[in-house]
Parts: sequence; structure tokens; C-alpha cells
Amino acid sequence: MDLIADLARDLADVAPRWNFIWLYDPVTGGKILSGIWMTIKLAVACLIFSMIIGVAGAWLQGSPNRFLRAFVNGYIQFFRNTPPFVQLLFFYFALGQFTPVVTAPDGWTVQPIISNVGWAIISLSFFAGAFNVEIFRAGIEAVPESTREASEALGFTRTQTFRYIVLPLAIRVSLPALNNNLVNLVKTTTQAFGIAVPELLYQSVTIWNDYPSAQYPTMLLLFVVYIVLVGILVMGMNRWERQMRIPGYGA
Amino acid sequence: MTWTPDQPIISVKGVHKSFGDLEVLKGVSFDVMKGEVVCIIGPSGSGKSTLIRCINGLNDIQAGSISVEGIEVHDPALDKLALRKKVGMVFQQYNLFPHKTALENVMMAPLLVLKRDKAEVEGTARALLKKVRLEGKEDAYPGELSGGQQQRTAIARSLAMNPDVMLFDEVTAALDPETVKEVLVTIKDLAAEGMTCILVTHEMGFAREVADHIYFTDRGVIVEHGPPDTFFTSATDPRTREFLSQIL
Ligand SMILES: Nc1ncnc2c1ncn2[C@@H]1O[C@H](COP(=O)(O)OP(=O)(O)OP(=O)(O)O)[C@@H](O)[C@H]1O
Ligand SMILES: [Mg+2]
Repeated sequence: MDLIADLARDLADVAPRWNFIWLYDPVTGGKILSGIWMTIKLAVACLIFSMIIGVAGAWLQGSPNRFLRAFVNGYIQFFRNTPPFVQLLFFYFALGQFTPVVTAPDGWTVQPIISNVGWAIISLSFFAGAFNVEIFRAGIEAVPESTREASEALGFTRTQTFRYIVLPLAIRVSLPALNNNLVNLVKTTTQAFGIAVPELLYQSVTIWNDYPSAQYPTMLLLFVVYIVLVGILVMGMNRWERQMRIPGYGA
Repeated sequence: MTWTPDQPIISVKGVHKSFGDLEVLKGVSFDVMKGEVVCIIGPSGSGKSTLIRCINGLNDIQAGSISVEGIEVHDPALDKLALRKKVGMVFQQYNLFPHKTALENVMMAPLLVLKRDKAEVEGTARALLKKVRLEGKEDAYPGELSGGQQQRTAIARSLAMNPDVMLFDEVTAALDPETVKEVLVTIKDLAAEGMTCILVTHEMGFAREVADHIYFTDRGVIVEHGPPDTFFTSATDPRTREFLSQIL
């Protein structure tokens, strides 16, 4: 480790635009690590919530209630057809005003009940969730009506048919599209930078504002970290796809 | 109304069914007694599938009445679950759950719908698979089974709900000739045990052998019916005669 730190220090001396400062400076190093950790937390929370929204939305779209269906469609149209960054700003600045405040642990200041991290998770989950609804819906439509009828004829309720028959089959069809959308979601977490969520991009920018010589190396680091994070996600998704494979069943 | 075994277990009276402007059933009536085996034959599009789908409430009807063991199927307040516990249905395309093994396919409904104990359900399911001669195939997925094996799994799946009536809609139509027989044998065993069966079928030889009564439908009405010996030898309706002459 020391060797790498020394190398980075020497490189910064000879090439002033390539200051890999976080390799030898513990303060900036710590910022990068905490940024990565925040990015991972953001991404995992958004992945989970956006999938829950996707499944719930797709289920509601099959509801006999016209108003519920219209509501879900309205939600999809809004979140799919407007820029996610504007959504984030709107959620945080406009809606954030109306949320109740609580007294901070210090006992003096007040803080909103939903932090900027909370708003980032909410906004990004709804954004990716809108696409997930569409993705799951396509998968659900691929499940033959006759399969649904068979479970109906056996006495399954609508919910049981969805939970045990339609959804497991739909997910298998949806996985490739879901894969793409979730990869995009992980990358889109960088937008939380816009409302000062201390994720990796935010920490990187504060570093290169303080040390302009570290700008290019930090950008490279951003690429590397996202390649690794997205790579882990894709590996996980492929593994899931393999586990879900049914012997003797198409595709 | 409570049903007693001296009354028809299924009673269909003046049933009309339309899909939009297309009237598919134009006043169909017939009764089935407990333990009877009834075959419905007739040309394609004459409404055979529609008729038996109405009996377990997969299709609703516009006029007339259907009752199954005293359950009024046309009643808007129908308890579908109660109906479906009594009526099992087997489809032409098997419609097994492709992501579940044969055993799981058979176990699912008793577990989820009847909420029965798992060990007990598994025992019954294994016995049923054995009964339809699928011992050793418990852990195979539908995609790994032949058409005939899938159809027998589907029959076992229906039987697992312990129904009083079984509906079969052209259950051998998608099978190749060699496997047709294994499925027919399974149905015949059931009939011999006294299961009430309504079969839509093109297997005339089979209908002749197992049926107590045969109904011939054409363009939404029953044009001829009778016990097999009279039905096949002395049909009077010209459409029935023409159909039989083509098929026999
Ligand atoms: N869900 C539906 N919507 C509209 N029309 C339908 C529907 N189901 C059936 N039909 C029509 O009703 C008529 C009767 O269909 P049905 O499936 O009952 O015939 P069938 O006697 O079973 O024929 P086959 O021997 O080909 O199975 C056909 O003209 C068919 O096109
Ligand atoms: Mg049919």
C-alpha cells in the first residue's frame, strides 16, 4: 500500500495534472470511500423500491378498477416522459417544503423528516419504477391467458394467480429488459449530486474543487467504480436468470 | 336450495351465451346425474367449449340457468371458490404451470386454495400421479414431459382438489395417436370409479364405450341426443347424420 501511495505522490510531482491524491492523502481517500458507500446504499435502496413499485404497479394495471388503472398509467406517463433530474429537484425543493420537521438529535436545530438522501431514493425509485411497471407488464402479457384460466379453474384467487403463477413466469420474460433498466438506475444515482447527497460524484467534485490537479484522476476513478458496481449488478442478474431457468421451458 | 343425489348434479336450462353480437349458445338444456358420463360432440365452432366453460363459471351466461350440486352458477353473488372445489377442468392444451414440477403442479391448489397440510397433500399428490401412471416423473417439469404425460399430470392436478365433477375439453386433441390412448385409459378408469364426467371429444369409439349419454351440438343448440347405441345407429337429425358419416 505504501508503495502505491509513494508512486502516486511521485507521479503528482512530475505530472501536475495527474494527482491521484486519494491514494496517499487519507482525508480525500476517506471521502472517496464514504462516497462509494453512499452510492451503494442509494443504488441498493432504489433497486429494491423500484422493483417493488414495478411489481405493485403491474399488478394494479390488471385491476378491474378503471380509476386504479388510469392512476398507474398517469404515474408512468409522468415519470417516463419527464427528465429524472427535474423530478429530483422538484421532489426535494417543492415537495420537501411540505414535509413535517423534527428536532435534530442536538436538540436545537430542526430538520425535515425526509432528508435529501430520502428524497433521492424516493425520486429515483419512482423514476425507475415507472419503467419497471412497463417491463413487468410486458412480461405479464406474455403469460398465456390459458395458464391463468387453469389456475382460476383450480380455485386460485386473482392475487394467488398473480403471486404464484403470473409473476414468476413474467419475471423470467422480463429479466433482460429489467437488467437494462437497473443498470441505468445505478448510473442515474449520480444525479443525487444535484441535491447534495454525498455520494461518489458529489465527493469527487468536492475533491477536485479543492485540488484541481486531482480532477482527471478522479474522473477516471468514477469510471472504474461504476464499471465495477454495474458489473456486480449484471453478474447478480445473470445468476438470477440462470437460477430461474426451467428445464425444458422455452427461451 | 340444497342438492340431494336423486336430483341432477348438473342442470343446464335454456342457456344463452353471446360474445358481443355473436350468439354462441342459443338455449341449451341438459341434465347430468351423479356418476354419469356425458359426451358432447359436434362440429368445430358449435359452442362445445363455451358450454363446458360456462359450467365452471369461466364464461358467464346471458340467459338461462346452470346449477351444480345446487350452486347457481349464473347467480351474480356466486361463490366461485365453492363452485371450483366441486368442478375440475382439464384443457386441450394441458395448461400446466411450466415453472413447477409435476408434483408441485398437483400440490399447489390443495395447499393454496384448500390450505391443507403439506405432508398430507404431498402424499395424496404422489398417489394421484401414481394413479395416472406417472410414478417416477414427480420431479420433471412440464417441458420435460410428453404431451400425454402432461395431460395426465393435468388430470391429476384437477383430481387433487377432490372434485365431484370433471370437465374435459378435447383433452386428447393435441396428442399424437399413440399417446391418445394412455389419456383415454386414465379417463376411463375415473369413469369406472363413478366420477361424474362431461367430455367434449372427437373420439367416437371412446364416446361409444364410456358415455352414458351423448349430446350433439350444432350452431349453439343441441340437435340430437341419446344413449350411445341409439345415438350412433339411429340418429334422425340430418346434421348429426352428416357429421357422423364424416367422422366414423
Ligand atoms: N372469448 C371469445 N370471444 C369471442 N368469440 C368467442 C370466444 N370464445 C369462443 N368464441 C366463438 O364462439 C364460437 C364457439 O366457440 P367454441 O370454442 O365454444 O367452439 P367449439 O365447439 O369448442 O369448437 P372446437 O371444436 O373448434 O373447439 C366460435 O365461433 C368462437 O369463435
Ligand atoms: Mg373447443
